[in-house]
Amino acid sequence: MKTKSATGPKSPSLQNSAPAATPGRTAAEIKSDEWILRLYVAGQTPKSLAAFANLKRICEEHLAGRYRIEVIDLSQTPHLAQHDQIVALPTLVRKLPEPIKRILGDLSNLQRVLVGMELRPLTAR
Amino acid sequence: MTKRTAISSSDRLVKVPTGIAGFDEITGGGLPAGRPTLICGSAGCGKSLMATEFLVRGASQYGEPGVLMTFEETAADIRKNVSSLGFNIADMVAQKQLVLDHVFINRNEIEENGDYDLEGIFIRLAHAIDTIGAKRVVLDTIESLFSGLNNQAILRAELRRLFGWLKERKITAIITAERGEGSLTRHGLEEYVSDCVVLLDHRVIGQVSTRRLRVVKYRGSTHGANEYPFLIDTNGMSVLPLSSAAMDYKVSNLRISTGVPELDVMLGGKGFYRGSTVMLSGTSGTGKSSVAACLAHATCGRGERCMYFSFEESQAQILRNMRSIGMDLAPHVERNLLQFHASRPTVHGLEMHLVKLHRLIDEFKPSVVILDPVTNLSTAGNVNDSNSMLIRLIDFLRKKGVTAFFISLTSGGRAAEATDEGMSSIVDTWLLLSDIESGGERNRAMYVLKSRGMPHSNQVREFLITSRGVRLVPTYLGPTGVLTGSARLIQEAKDLAVETSVHDELRRKELVLDHRRQAVEAQIQALRAGFEAEQQEFSRVVATERSKNTRNQADRRATAKSRRVGSNGNGMAH
Repeated sequence: MKTKSATGPKSPSLQNSAPAATPGRTAAEIKSDEWILRLYVAGQTPKSLAAFANLKRICEEHLAGRYRIEVIDLSQTPHLAQHDQIVALPTLVRKLPEPIKRILGDLSNLQRVLVGMELRPLTAR
Repeated sequence: MTKRTAISSSDRLVKVPTGIAGFDEITGGGLPAGRPTLICGSAGCGKSLMATEFLVRGASQYGEPGVLMTFEETAADIRKNVSSLGFNIADMVAQKQLVLDHVFINRNEIEENGDYDLEGIFIRLAHAIDTIGAKRVVLDTIESLFSGLNNQAILRAELRRLFGWLKERKITAIITAERGEGSLTRHGLEEYVSDCVVLLDHRVIGQVSTRRLRVVKYRGSTHGANEYPFLIDTNGMSVLPLSSAAMDYKVSNLRISTGVPELDVMLGGKGFYRGSTVMLSGTSGTGKSSVAACLAHATCGRGERCMYFSFEESQAQILRNMRSIGMDLAPHVERNLLQFHASRPTVHGLEMHLVKLHRLIDEFKPSVVILDPVTNLSTAGNVNDSNSMLIRLIDFLRKKGVTAFFISLTSGGRAAEATDEGMSSIVDTWLLLSDIESGGERNRAMYVLKSRGMPHSNQVREFLITSRGVRLVPTYLGPTGVLTGSARLIQEAKDLAVETSVHDELRRKELVLDHRRQAVEAQIQALRAGFEAEQQEFSRVVATERSKNTRNQADRRATAKSRRVGSNGNGMAH
């Protein structure tokens, strides 16, 4: 699996993202409120780049310091598509916190991503 | 099968065999190679099974590995379904002949946001195809995506791309789809997959269901356009090509025994023609099944195979009943020369029966087939349907050179010859069993109503079922009609008495005549004796007279001498 953690740079590239937290932590060290987000793409298509950029923007705004994005390029690891039940691309999977959520598409509607990821209720509190 | 050479493949449509019995026949070789085919039909009509069989047979029989992508059933379900056809999917997967992939979309955890594509499916398919070098792909039922995803525009575009992509990779694919209202598929997939469209149907008529298949479209190829009934059983799917019922079969001059020696005599002394169609009609209890059993017995006795389809009695019942008339059929069953198939006509539709008969006959290759009784089949449809089914069956059997023996049950009271109007013209030999009620008895009579191509007896014979088999004896035609049973026996005794008395009379007359002859002869003897006595007396008289005459002349000469006179001085000297 090709895993990348992303913070900082606003570059739309999938390759140059820096880790959000110290890499190589054991599972016990994962904070209970940490978000693990997995983005499935196939190569650097405009849609996948857009999705990545949109995701990172949201995370930086709402989850700074407590999120991890894993980008999985299925063109490199096609067997994972079946394993993880991927149908459409790009797909964002929220592994943690439970329950698993999937968002298909380039995440262009930021407001809806927030709702979908349950980062913010539909109506402002 | 229809693998054409490389030269002609460029301008001719190459087809790949599905391995599904009958389907390759009606499509002239199978599905278009390297193109997607759409199979549509309502729920439960056998789409998935047909598609799966196409894959499994492709992998096992034609060396073409396949990918099964299911959108509804899980891999475990598929494994179970296919194992009922006698294929071990797990083994095939292990041997890299098959890849199963279950695409599952859980709407509850999915949200759509912005632009996306179905590249995930492409990647999964490509990966599966590349892993085993697949030539065949089944997408069952890809339409489920429409219920899993909202963006129809994306979906349609992507499906179009997918089918194009499959074509480009020269994959022979089957896409299954649910039948829609007023259209072939619910989501109009026929717009995208238009090379070959097969429609499956599942119809219930009169509480009996029949599955049918129709090739709606086959671009660049001719195909049977009819609706073909098909069957799903432990051997998978089999389609019955009905259009092959052409009347171009060969006929045989060989004869086979009916199993009843007297009946052979009635049929020109030799029995039925091999491969002919025989019908035996009769009201119930006239012994039709016994005649059929005789035929089976004789056929198996020659070492040939016989298949007995019974729509009324079970195998055990028939065996027991025939044993009671001195015919043990069990050894034939043990030697696999005789096969019974007992089923109620109403278990399937007529077409299904026909498919089943075809399949069983193809497998067992009998030389004689018995259907007991064919009239019951009309309970699974109407009389017209059952007749047309039987005619198709007859064509099929004639083509195979199988002798067909149909038993027709006619209900009492009706004229036996009128009830079988639909069938009567097509059968070659028609035997009739009837019961004759007279003198407080009910007896059976049999006659040959027609028998094409052979001299046959016009006699009505009494049909006897004895503990040593069935027999046909000549009946008596008396002034009151045909005599059978006890009346016949009495008549026989009477005849014997008459015959004896005539014989005695003759003997007596002969004796009298003899006496008379002896008397006449005695009289002749006596007359002859009298005559002879008279004759003797007469000759004695003649002799006496002659000697007397001589003596007189001598005397006269002596006298004349003594007188020394001439002859004129007779007596003067005395």
